[in-house]
Amino acid sequence: MKTQGKVTGIISNLVVVEVDGPVAQNEICFINLADTKLMAEVIKVIGKLAYVQVFESTRGLRVGAPVEFQGHMLEVTLGPGLLSKNYDGLQHDLDKMKGIFLQRGDYTDALDFDSEWDFTPLVEPGAQVSSADWLGEVPENWVKHKIIVPFTFTDKYTVKSIVPAGRYKVSDTIAVLLDSKGEKHNVTMYQKWPVKKAITAYKEKPRPFKILETGIRVMDTLNPIAEGGTGFIPGPFGCGKTVLQHALAKQANADMIIMAACGERANEVVEIFTEFPRLDDPRTGRKLMERTTIICNTSNMPVAAREASVYTAMTIAEYYRSMGLKVLLLADSTSRWAQALREMSNRLEELPGPDAFPMDLPAIIANFYARAGFVYLNNGSTGSVTFIGTVSPAGGNLKEPVTESTKKAARCFYALSQQRADSKRYPAIDPMDSYSKYLEYPEIQDYLNKNINHAWVDMVMKAKNIIQRGREAFEQINILGDDGVPLDYHDRYWKAEIIDFAILQQDAFDKIDCNTSLERQRYMLEKVMQVCDTNFHFDGFEQCASYYKRIINVLKQMNYSEFQSEEFYNYEKEFEAILNERRLK
Amino acid sequence: METKAFQRIYTQLTGITKATVSLRAQGVANEELAMVHGRLAQIVKIMGDLVTLQVFSGTEGIPTNAEVVFFGEPPKLKVGDDLAGRFFDAYGRPMFGDSEIEGEPREIGGPSVNPRRRKQPSELIATGIAGIDLNNTLVTGQKIPFFADPDQPFNQVMAMVALRAQADKIILGGMGLSNDDFLFFKNVFENAGALDRIISFVNTTEQPPVERLLVPDMALTAAEYFAVEKKEKVLVLLTDMTLYADALSIVSNRMDQIPSKDSMPGSLYSDLAKIYEKAVQFPDGGSITIIAVTTLSGGDITHAIPDNTGYITEGQLFLRTDSDTGKVIVDPFRSLSRLKQLVIGKKTREDHPQVMNAAVRLYADAANAKTKLENGFDLTEYDERALKFAHDYSEKLLAIDVNVEVDTMLNTAWQLFAKYFSKTEVAIKNEMVEKYWPVN
Repeated sequence: MKTQGKVTGIISNLVVVEVDGPVAQNEICFINLADTKLMAEVIKVIGKLAYVQVFESTRGLRVGAPVEFQGHMLEVTLGPGLLSKNYDGLQHDLDKMKGIFLQRGDYTDALDFDSEWDFTPLVEPGAQVSSADWLGEVPENWVKHKIIVPFTFTDKYTVKSIVPAGRYKVSDTIAVLLDSKGEKHNVTMYQKWPVKKAITAYKEKPRPFKILETGIRVMDTLNPIAEGGTGFIPGPFGCGKTVLQHALAKQANADMIIMAACGERANEVVEIFTEFPRLDDPRTGRKLMERTTIICNTSNMPVAAREASVYTAMTIAEYYRSMGLKVLLLADSTSRWAQALREMSNRLEELPGPDAFPMDLPAIIANFYARAGFVYLNNGSTGSVTFIGTVSPAGGNLKEPVTESTKKAARCFYALSQQRADSKRYPAIDPMDSYSKYLEYPEIQDYLNKNINHAWVDMVMKAKNIIQRGREAFEQINILGDDGVPLDYHDRYWKAEIIDFAILQQDAFDKIDCNTSLERQRYMLEKVMQVCDTNFHFDGFEQCASYYKRIINVLKQMNYSEFQSEEFYNYEKEFEAILNERRLK
Repeated sequence: METKAFQRIYTQLTGITKATVSLRAQGVANEELAMVHGRLAQIVKIMGDLVTLQVFSGTEGIPTNAEVVFFGEPPKLKVGDDLAGRFFDAYGRPMFGDSEIEGEPREIGGPSVNPRRRKQPSELIATGIAGIDLNNTLVTGQKIPFFADPDQPFNQVMAMVALRAQADKIILGGMGLSNDDFLFFKNVFENAGALDRIISFVNTTEQPPVERLLVPDMALTAAEYFAVEKKEKVLVLLTDMTLYADALSIVSNRMDQIPSKDSMPGSLYSDLAKIYEKAVQFPDGGSITIIAVTTLSGGDITHAIPDNTGYITEGQLFLRTDSDTGKVIVDPFRSLSRLKQLVIGKKTREDHPQVMNAAVRLYADAANAKTKLENGFDLTEYDERALKFAHDYSEKLLAIDVNVEVDTMLNTAWQLFAKYFSKTEVAIKNEMVEKYWPVN
């Protein structure tokens, strides 16, 4: 029998329920309000009183309203048909909802239970299987969606029977498994899993050792993110966080993209809805939407569901990882999630931590980032979840609790700088403040040196050093004036500018420049370093500036040209010619 | 909202604070309205039979034996065509002794639009102000605030934008408007003969601050009626959102909530987003566009109110007095309309993006030249020309009293380019230069 209860108190979306039986922390319940059922989650229990956060508006709710507890935590439904869907934070399909407005209690199925899938078995009766092992597969867009032994199955099993290849619905039984005691278990094509629990049904989670190509030069070249790695992008408003996230979603070398629009603008999600079904995935030639799933809880949608949305997204990512896929999870913005936690903590009258955020915020964030990773599955294949979150620091101040807590958890830090944004140097990722811890991993260094250029890491470090020295020279020039410093300072400053203009800056709205392959990044960095390694002769600082501006111009033209096209090589010739003009022998 | 015969009257308050009263009552619903001692109040907390009500107009003079009557419903606004042309108070009651309106009551602060039922905004709103149309083009379904210091003429600019914009309805939500400003809006609208498409919900500084909290929801409920049911283009003006946020902090303070940054409630972001996100473009043509005012203190945009607003809205507009021409201009450097990419060069002439960027870049050169001049350095001949260009650009285009079509703005810009610069200095794509560069 399910535990029942009735409402005894209401403070905004925090509701107090008196219960008649056992309840669990984070258990889901439904509150009856006239004809609608409002979904809620237990967040505190004192004696017979359960405090629940309601995922909807509680307007019109009365004391005494009946409540039904469900005996499980917040779950997502996992199975074929998740790809290309647009969900709300609780995995309700937004397309299936009727009406213009989101009516509370309008809960729609995450999967299409009527459609049939082409199932092919991957195991024979008699095979030994355990949790997360592949039983069969169905084609879903271009992905081979694996039907796996549910994560909740903790025993060792023998396949008693499996259906032959054919068309089945997600709720059809496709296999019968026998556990070690000989009991039968039916397996369908879908399963449920509580979102707040990490899926750990894999063999091993090594340190990441490969990089995930994003096509964004300032990331891949200077501060690469590892496949299965974590990163975050903090920045004040107007610095291009969203443009950067969209660029990642469009270009990153991943099999699947999950975008969690968490507490951000609805029109930004509408932009994805409009563009992604039209844009081509550069790698497969299919539409971008075919590899994308959107979890959308915009800023005006209920705040408690905002918190759930990032977990929903992560669980779906982990599910696809266990099929051996490379998943990229993007969350915009994790600050809104933290603010949702703050609102609830405040209503619960907990003692506040810094800026009124809950005391356990750093732990919650660290725990969440830890769910990303590169894994070896039971059958030896590999899968990964790479996570990149944005942070919206209040007042653009990076010394606030969400940024600081995230900095401890994420391995890559892409600081967006107001100054760079103001001078229209996009993407506004600050090359000096940002870092990638992966660049220090010996396994990543080996990977880069082996796959790009044998001295790649040294070259990157040298480029960073030139940027740093250029910045120092610039400060000196500003203080002492153009005439007040040796010519050498100007030379140093302009060499850093070349790296800035040709490598760091990238036009997200240009068809060619927006996406740069690793090979092209190597080619361009070598070109730029060639300039940096050359000594030139100048008669004065004006001559120096105008000469380097010419080099910058021709390098930019190269960036705008199709790689290795005739146009590209023509600009390259021009580039060499310019270098020869003033090269010191 | 009169008391009905069968309604129970409570007469014993158990607690009174500056903004709230509490009493024991049964069978009441969350967010339902009540009348406390003749004043409107709303339920904000229920614990067992102990009910806490927020009294909008304050609790001064309310005795413990005050009469309390519950209405059994949340705040509503009667919507209908005869909303048009009228002025309402924060409760949606007609002002100036007007008759009640006929219409269907709607709950205010209703649910949000399913993002899948939105359309990407793509229709330009022309205001005639080049600082907006040329540099920071507005689009239907957009939400954008003026970030302004209290001494700037933001209400005048907003009234101007409202009258020039080709909207079917203009809804003014006035929060903490001074009575003078209120009369200003009223006069401007009356004189323009535009009253029939204007609806106003006004809370002035003479009225209690907490009442303000109802104004945006009232205005937006009316807006949704016209946008959804009548498929009209609705423009909503909200001034001043800083005073709205201040009212939020008053209430949260009285309810013993722990304040976060700048003494604002921790839910400020969600509270503001709920309002601004009502801006929407529907596929069938109806739209709600929100232009708001957020006053700054000392130009500080890192304060919690402008900061949270900036993360929610699609850009921001800054006003500034240009010292060269003495005119109020829309600052081309700090202002931004995030949605302009959706229309410029697509719904406007092809040269729009390039002309816009070139003009702002040359204006920036002038700003640098000015700094040079102030620091006592010599100006080059180019600097001199840039400065002259800046003067004309500011006077003929940026000044808010200019009222021209976008094409005229573009032509003016080309004329200024040709007057002061060479084609290479302007650095616009060749094919555009050949087509639009003035012959003389």
